[in-house]
Amino acid sequence: MDNIILEMRGITKTFPGVKALDNVSFKVREGEIHALVGENGAGKSTLMKVLSGVYPAGTYDGEIHYDGEARRFSTISDSEDLGIIIIHQELALVPLLSIAENIFLGNEIATNGVIQWPQTFARTQELLKKVGLSESPATLITDIGVGKQQLVEIAKALSKKVRLLILDEPTASLNETDSDALLKLLMEFRTQGMTSIIISHKLNEIRKVADQITILRDGGTVETLDCHSEDIGEDRIIKGMVGRAMEDRYPPREPKIGETLLEVKNWNVFHQHHRDRQFLHDVNFTVRAGEVVGIAGLMGAGRTETAMSLFGKSWGHKITGDVTMRGKPVDVSTIPRAIDAGLAYVTEDRKQLGLVLINNIKENTTLSNLKAVAANGVIDDRKEARVASDYRSKLRIRSHSIYQETVNLSGGNQQKVVLSKWLFTNPDVLILDEPTRGIDIGAKYEIYSIINQLAAEGKGILMISSEMPELLGTCDRIYVMSEGRIVAELSKAEASQESIMRAIMRSGEKH
Amino acid sequence: MVADTSTQNNKPSIGDYLKNNIREYGLLVALVVIMLFFQFVTNGVLFRPVNITNLVLQNSFIVIMALGMLLIIVAGHIDLSVGSIVAFIGAISAIMLVKWGLPAIIVIPACLIVGGIMGAAQGYWVAYQKIPSFIVTLAGMLVFRGLTYVVLGGRPIGPFPKEFQLLSTGFVPDFLYFLNPAPETIQNMVALVAVIALVGYAIYAGIRDRKINEQHGTENEPFVFFAVQMAVIAAVALFIGFQLATYRGLPNVLIAMAVLIALYTFVTTRSTIGRRIYAMGGNVKATKLSGINTERLTFYTFVNMGVLAALAGMIITARLNSATPKAGVGFELDVIAACFIGGASASGGVGKIIGAVIGAFIMGVMNNGMSIMGIGIDYQQLIKGLVLLAAVFFDVYNKNKG
Repeated sequence: MDNIILEMRGITKTFPGVKALDNVSFKVREGEIHALVGENGAGKSTLMKVLSGVYPAGTYDGEIHYDGEARRFSTISDSEDLGIIIIHQELALVPLLSIAENIFLGNEIATNGVIQWPQTFARTQELLKKVGLSESPATLITDIGVGKQQLVEIAKALSKKVRLLILDEPTASLNETDSDALLKLLMEFRTQGMTSIIISHKLNEIRKVADQITILRDGGTVETLDCHSEDIGEDRIIKGMVGRAMEDRYPPREPKIGETLLEVKNWNVFHQHHRDRQFLHDVNFTVRAGEVVGIAGLMGAGRTETAMSLFGKSWGHKITGDVTMRGKPVDVSTIPRAIDAGLAYVTEDRKQLGLVLINNIKENTTLSNLKAVAANGVIDDRKEARVASDYRSKLRIRSHSIYQETVNLSGGNQQKVVLSKWLFTNPDVLILDEPTRGIDIGAKYEIYSIINQLAAEGKGILMISSEMPELLGTCDRIYVMSEGRIVAELSKAEASQESIMRAIMRSGEKH
Repeated sequence: MVADTSTQNNKPSIGDYLKNNIREYGLLVALVVIMLFFQFVTNGVLFRPVNITNLVLQNSFIVIMALGMLLIIVAGHIDLSVGSIVAFIGAISAIMLVKWGLPAIIVIPACLIVGGIMGAAQGYWVAYQKIPSFIVTLAGMLVFRGLTYVVLGGRPIGPFPKEFQLLSTGFVPDFLYFLNPAPETIQNMVALVAVIALVGYAIYAGIRDRKINEQHGTENEPFVFFAVQMAVIAAVALFIGFQLATYRGLPNVLIAMAVLIALYTFVTTRSTIGRRIYAMGGNVKATKLSGINTERLTFYTFVNMGVLAALAGMIITARLNSATPKAGVGFELDVIAACFIGGASASGGVGKIIGAVIGAFIMGVMNNGMSIMGIGIDYQQLIKGLVLLAAVFFDVYNKNKG
């Protein structure tokens, strides 16, 4: 049991402007289930990508010892050849191919390029049995649920003679029964001597299966806990994950809170694609003038979906519920109507959904409110340039002119252009979805300052963020979401990383 | 705070400017070079007054359709059906004019409306049912071609009444004949005066815009480029105007074409609709989330294409003086090629009206020049294909380098 199968020493990985991993050490014993935990952005996935060769040797510092030897993986297949298989959060299956075709994709059982279907099906059947699936190998991936797809991924890993199986958030999109089945399977593999690394946010599941837990925070290793030598409670893990001092990273603000602006009641939404699955359940919340309200939650909790379904039904279907603005019911059924009602939504993904990257700052700034710079459908060039220049200097967008294409701006400046666009529609309530994701610290501070100023002007801000310190540092009130429900509402005084995490965990046990 | 490296306003050097705008200048240079080349190898036939008139008449419908096609391509779509719309409109105009004896004044607007409906019928599936435009318009291409055979019963109809033929064979009458200083050489004074006035206005407007830009601190292109560009355009325009004046003057079609080019240039550069089409082609999701009804915009882009294809259909039918089931075969390819030669991007969001127009003329001059040289249709197609590939490669090469 004490045989070390994997040791990663002093791993440091930098991206332009960001140190994603800083001198991380990580040791895994053979035949154990090792949990890797940490907040979003702590560096878990990056570490696993270093291990599996997604980031080739040479692009990071540090050493990897596997099976007693120093290894340098330059491609994924290098690590796969040694039995290190990673299953990513977004499953890498081709939906319209069969289970058998997916399992042997790139690794076909073939002679001279001709696939041997009988052997392929027979092997697939064996593998499926191992993971507890009774589906026919000819079943298409698209016809089975996410839980079973996850098991197919594992079967695929088994076909490659896996020794070290890495699962990135394997149960994030699974219901409880499927999650249990998956965890049981992992424990069964453990008895057969297989080693697994599991990345998860669900601490109760980790407690169930893990032999050791390594906690990462801000790209560094905090500690490794041994679950057999002491009883590790969830609070203990949470403390390790979040135990950082709050620095002076947030500009100070005197909240002046006024009337209720936006009120959403009994918001129910069904899933965009799985149309019989209800995704949001009776979501209720309010945003008042001058108030910054946060929505905390893990990935997949339904925060973005709440915002998008509210903003002109941009997500989901069978949307029901009441929306009022300053006490009056408003129609938000299309995006133009939602904008007229006084809403603005700054999307999570500014490159795909926020900006027209090939257009310049000026054109992006006025896109949502072109009629304000046009008369009879003809754009007044000078007026438009003036508006764009005003926002450029007001939000301090660094560029050589308003004619610079937005694709060439840094993340922080791109975000400011998106903010300009929405401020120009003069909204009452701004929904900001991960407004500082992928932005460096200095630009973050500027974004927070803009948020403060908007609140001071009497606008309501609804901020969705996965970074808890950011919510705690900027919000007057925080809603916690989990699995499509609002599970807690915390005042500034009540809110802490521990109380938010606890609310999420408790709700996870209830459902 | 992390240092921001983007620099403050630096005046770009002339070399930089040329590099950044090589596409636009390159296109103009290419057109001039191709014209001079054919002028030389055809021993001066290309620029003869009668041939210039032919060149305009032969290419007008390609140019007119390229205006609509550019919008379609900028919006991120494609329309393969325009050749078939041309044939169908030709057919129904023939039936209305020749068989039913309706006057042109009724038939022309009726045909434009029918063209709009044909565009709408396709736009609906693309915009609201999200079927790829390639497939929808491929279906449209087959359906409209089939309909043409059905309504014509497989036989050509003609000839057309005189008033309808004027659409493509008419010339602007010389109401300024009394100003003519040299009646022996100049046959049509209006043409000369119109071209001189236009060139004068273009220079005046260009200088005025530069002044306004200077006042507002907006970047101007270096004066050398402005001057050279103006000189080239003015020289070509004046030369062509003079040649036309020594023959029969300005064809009606040229006037219609010029008005449409001006209108669509305005729409694409100055109107909110134009701006939204470019934004939609650049990023449809972001544009939709900005509160723009992208479905309706796509729909109208196709309606517009249908109307322009109908206009082109009437012009070519009037020119051939006969409606045949095979009219317009392969036109969609010339039109699409004109847009891509003119710098439109196949992934949407990029392209200029003037580019598409120059692209259409490059194709037109090559068609015409090669025909004069007696090069067969086989080699003509081969050469046109290579020119299209070279033009787009030039774009991609520049992009990757920059």
